[in-house]
Amino acid sequence: MTTPAKRLATEIQSPAATRPYDVEAIRADFPILRRQIHGHPLVYLDNAATSQKPQVVIDALTRYYESENANIHRGVHYLSEHATEEYEAARESVRAFLNAEAAHEIIFTRGATESINLVGQTYGRAHVGPGDEILITAMEHHSNIVPWQILCGEKGASLRVAPINDAGELLLDGFASLLSARTKLVAVTHVSNALGTIVPVRQIVDLAHARNVPVFLDGAQAVPHLPVDVRSLGCDFYAFSGHKVYGPTGIGVLYGKSALLEAMPPYQGGGDMISSVTFEHTTYNKLPYKFEAGTPNVSGAIGLGAAIAYVNRLGIEAIGAHGREILARATAAVSAIPGVRLIGTAKEKAGVLSFVLENVHPHDVGTILDQEGIAIRTGHHCAQPVMQRFGVPATARASFALYNTIEEVNALAAGIRKVQEVFA
Amino acid sequence: MPELRDLYQDVILEHSKAPRNFREMPAANRTAEGFNPLCGDHFTIYLEMEGDSIRDVSFQGAGCAISKASASMMTQAVKGKTLAEAEGLFARFHGLVTGRQPNEEGSLGKLAVFSGVSEFPVRVKCATLAWHTLRAALEGAQQPISTE
Repeated sequence: MTTPAKRLATEIQSPAATRPYDVEAIRADFPILRRQIHGHPLVYLDNAATSQKPQVVIDALTRYYESENANIHRGVHYLSEHATEEYEAARESVRAFLNAEAAHEIIFTRGATESINLVGQTYGRAHVGPGDEILITAMEHHSNIVPWQILCGEKGASLRVAPINDAGELLLDGFASLLSARTKLVAVTHVSNALGTIVPVRQIVDLAHARNVPVFLDGAQAVPHLPVDVRSLGCDFYAFSGHKVYGPTGIGVLYGKSALLEAMPPYQGGGDMISSVTFEHTTYNKLPYKFEAGTPNVSGAIGLGAAIAYVNRLGIEAIGAHGREILARATAAVSAIPGVRLIGTAKEKAGVLSFVLENVHPHDVGTILDQEGIAIRTGHHCAQPVMQRFGVPATARASFALYNTIEEVNALAAGIRKVQEVFA
Repeated sequence: MPELRDLYQDVILEHSKAPRNFREMPAANRTAEGFNPLCGDHFTIYLEMEGDSIRDVSFQGAGCAISKASASMMTQAVKGKTLAEAEGLFARFHGLVTGRQPNEEGSLGKLAVFSGVSEFPVRVKCATLAWHTLRAALEGAQQPISTE
């Protein structure tokens, strides 16, 4: 396509590779972006739900199943050893991606949701009791609410919710005032999936640690856009999903500090998580295997490793800079349309543009945009309390990725105007 | 390729902007709530039954254009009908919007404008939410119903 993308290409340099950010070349890496939907080129703006996959990830999955498939940590045969090496190499890729201290601090899960449940059912069950509190924020995804509600229900503990302002920014004073001797865990999103707000997690960690409260961060929406360094953040746990960062579905990550993970009871029982088993007693395996019962998602981990390699090749800083440009352009283009109300106008945002249209339900917006080949999400985005906070039943949400272009932003704006024509 | 105008027919847009029988009904002797959790649509249907007949029907709530227009036109269609007639109408309407049973004999009257929904399978729930809720009200359901 044309000039705006080319202009971007000259403006945004990848520091790691000193290559220009060539979005058209990047798009060529994603086979699905060549598709037509309803007679229009696909404009995929539902990246906060799941991202598309580059050819290198698809190839990694195919290669594994075509020529490398074997179970891991079990066989002495060649294929098993090779699969084990690849699986553990993926763990090392994740470690480096998050700058964790040790690879055994990286637990593979099914996704961020399972990572949260794992912490709830192990650390939570061991440390939360009657009268205790777990502190979250008003902008959490259901997956960072419900597992804590379940835990609180089991233990007679209560869930406290730090408030946000009308822009969708966390009120740090409100957060701090809810921290107390009863607080046993802070669980906060790094980037809000419904609003796009980047939460000041470093300050949250400092406030919580000043009271010796450990912090869990839900990074599902953060890792595609921001460099994440768990040691610099100082968080105790960090979770993300592979499929939102160009990897396969069904694979995710829980990072935990060694000392915490060591002290935690296991999550699920089964093969691979044991050192020895008798009918009287089981000795659990060392980290990280203690938390990986059963045959894991080997191909998923290998695919995630390939996705991280792809992101590293482009450079997360360059990806982030491109994303900020696209979000700024989209915010300007969409907010210029009369009758649009943006939901989530925090100063610091990443990847997400939620909006509602006067007199048009988001579901109708979604259907009409779909007819133009534009894929967005409409609904409550698994964040019903956020919808209630802003007094809307649902929003339309465009969410961006490293392959989106200014032309696609313009197509979104034109599509919204078409919605208004239909409902005029 | 499905056509947008087949879905958003003028009659549907008009009913979504100015829904009929869109009010609470203090005299209602049956009510039911319906949710479409996927998109947040939420309606309450009010009925005043006289024996086996729907003497009056109204609705309130929020939803997309399709769900709101469907609720509005449903209230017009079932007012004065017996329970069995309303059930029969729902069955034919359901056949129409799912594309299983075209409106061959024209027995659906004005409701035939919803035929375009069959080209948009994810919107079938929107078109039928009010009807499912009506059925729940007729059956005297105690719990809100859901399309999921």
